[in-house]
Amino acid sequence: MAWRIWQGRRIPLAWLMLTRQPVRLAVALAGIAFAGILMFMQLGFRDGLFDASVTVHRQFDADLVLMSPRTMSSIGMASFPRRRLVQAMADPAVRGITPVNWGLLLWRNPDSRINRSILTIGFEPGDPLFLDPALAAQAEGLTMKGRVLFDERSRAEFGPIAERFRAGEVVETEVAGTRVRVAGLLNLGPSFGADGNMITSRDTFLELSPGTPPGSIELGLIRLLPDADPETVAQRLQRQLPPDVTVFTKAGFEEFEKTYWRTSTAIGFIFTLGAAMGFVVGCVIVYQILSSDVSDHLPEYATLMAMGYPLPSLLRVVGREGLLLAVLGYLPAYAAGLGLYALVRSGTNLPVFMNLDRALVVLVMILVMCLASSALAMRRLADADPAEIF
Amino acid sequence: MGIVVSGLCHSYGKGTMARQVLQDVDLRIDPGEVVLLTGPSGCGKTTLLTLVGALRQVQQGSVRVLGQELAGAGRASRQRLRRRIGMIFQGHNLLRCLSAEQNVQMGADLLPGLSYRARRDLARQWLRAVGLGDHLGKLPHDLSGGQKQRVAIARALAAEPQLLLADEPTAALDSRSGRDVVELLRSLAREQGCAVLMVTHDPRILDVADRLLRMEDGRLSESVPEAVG
Repeated sequence: MAWRIWQGRRIPLAWLMLTRQPVRLAVALAGIAFAGILMFMQLGFRDGLFDASVTVHRQFDADLVLMSPRTMSSIGMASFPRRRLVQAMADPAVRGITPVNWGLLLWRNPDSRINRSILTIGFEPGDPLFLDPALAAQAEGLTMKGRVLFDERSRAEFGPIAERFRAGEVVETEVAGTRVRVAGLLNLGPSFGADGNMITSRDTFLELSPGTPPGSIELGLIRLLPDADPETVAQRLQRQLPPDVTVFTKAGFEEFEKTYWRTSTAIGFIFTLGAAMGFVVGCVIVYQILSSDVSDHLPEYATLMAMGYPLPSLLRVVGREGLLLAVLGYLPAYAAGLGLYALVRSGTNLPVFMNLDRALVVLVMILVMCLASSALAMRRLADADPAEIF
Repeated sequence: MGIVVSGLCHSYGKGTMARQVLQDVDLRIDPGEVVLLTGPSGCGKTTLLTLVGALRQVQQGSVRVLGQELAGAGRASRQRLRRRIGMIFQGHNLLRCLSAEQNVQMGADLLPGLSYRARRDLARQWLRAVGLGDHLGKLPHDLSGGQKQRVAIARALAAEPQLLLADEPTAALDSRSGRDVVELLRSLAREQGCAVLMVTHDPRILDVADRLLRMEDGRLSESVPEAVG
């Protein structure tokens, strides 16, 4: 069968028409690659920004997370009784728990004296909090009251905290009107909701935020035994616990936060629109190239029709040209996308990586773009009248 | 077989704007015959050629080509018939992006049931037959006018047609290469037993014809070769 197909092969007319006009081919490929790069960038930024909204969420050492059902996002966490977390401990699959306070407090820049909102996390210094062991090493410093760990990747508006701390100075400032001292540095990174982060003990947290009752927390981290299925345990806990808490898996917890930014801000729309622009620009370029290519070859197509080639076989030539352009244009777009993502990562700290989903989405978009354009260009073939060429 | 045309009329335009280009044309060409058609420009020669070549819908009268009636024939059946008719155009009409060999193979590709290699060998054979065995890989751009027209002849013959139509094949050529091309065309057509209808203005090639036809104002008349030459 394969041999029969090989024997029946024809001259690759579409390939030769494209490659024997190298300048036009280069222009077409540059256009398609440009459209592809635009789509890669816009979609990359969009996903990167959503991923950045959970930089801290991702750090938590937890399999399940308890939150108040009134919590909508990380910038407005509602509290729930700490008792619920202790109740969850009764489940045989639960290995450990960590109660966490979470709130936005005002940090005073020690130089400019301007207050700025900072994400503050409070936990018992002995409890596991983050997956990164760097925190556990510094947690001991928090056992004294009024001590905080400052995220050195917080925005510069918070003051030159990290530089001074490294220089060995005692760095003190006010948070919510109370004096605190920096006991160490962390490496987390800003997110959508917070320009900076700091971590402290629950005792200090309650002192900085006197409105919080001592028995209430904003997050409850639950660690499970290695053989337990988080999904099943989450459902079981949700049934057993009173309705004043919601149980999330860790992935669900991250997704909940991303969904908030996706649905209640214009960010997703803006970047999706940007990707759509790339698609439209690509369509225009490919259509221009293909339709002028068909016009230029119109007498040749008419000659082939006069020789007895059926019209569908000529339409397939144009379709194949579109397919070839798509594949040849995608490769440089993919390569440039990889390079630009690396550039964005080093320039903005945004977690933008090439993943299979996005690579496929852009490939499909480029295929649709080229095939739709070639379908439009095919209409020009109807003008090829073999009776006119004598 | 061959061509039998009777009572053929054709006009362009509609209603009062209609202009009659062919009036009651009768014509018969037998297999292996070489017929030349002359006449002033605009007299309807090319229209007759496109009708016989199944490129245009027959309006009135009967056109039987290779045993098939073209009056009332649909687009698809005309397209199938065209595979059995070789055509050579005034401006060679080679595909610019294909080499001489590939251009000829586009003709051979119309033959059913042959492997790629067999079709390619056929193309090479025909190029050698027209004396271009050394120019297989050249693009039309790199060939002279006479060479291009010979590639076009090889392409037309590679599809093994039973009828060959040519529209002023020597128009773009100097007298010497024009004569060569026409003589080549005639001898190859003879070998194949293929009927030839050639439209020409060129008085130097009239003597290759078995018969000479003259068209004026859409009417066809037999003319004696000596009288024109």
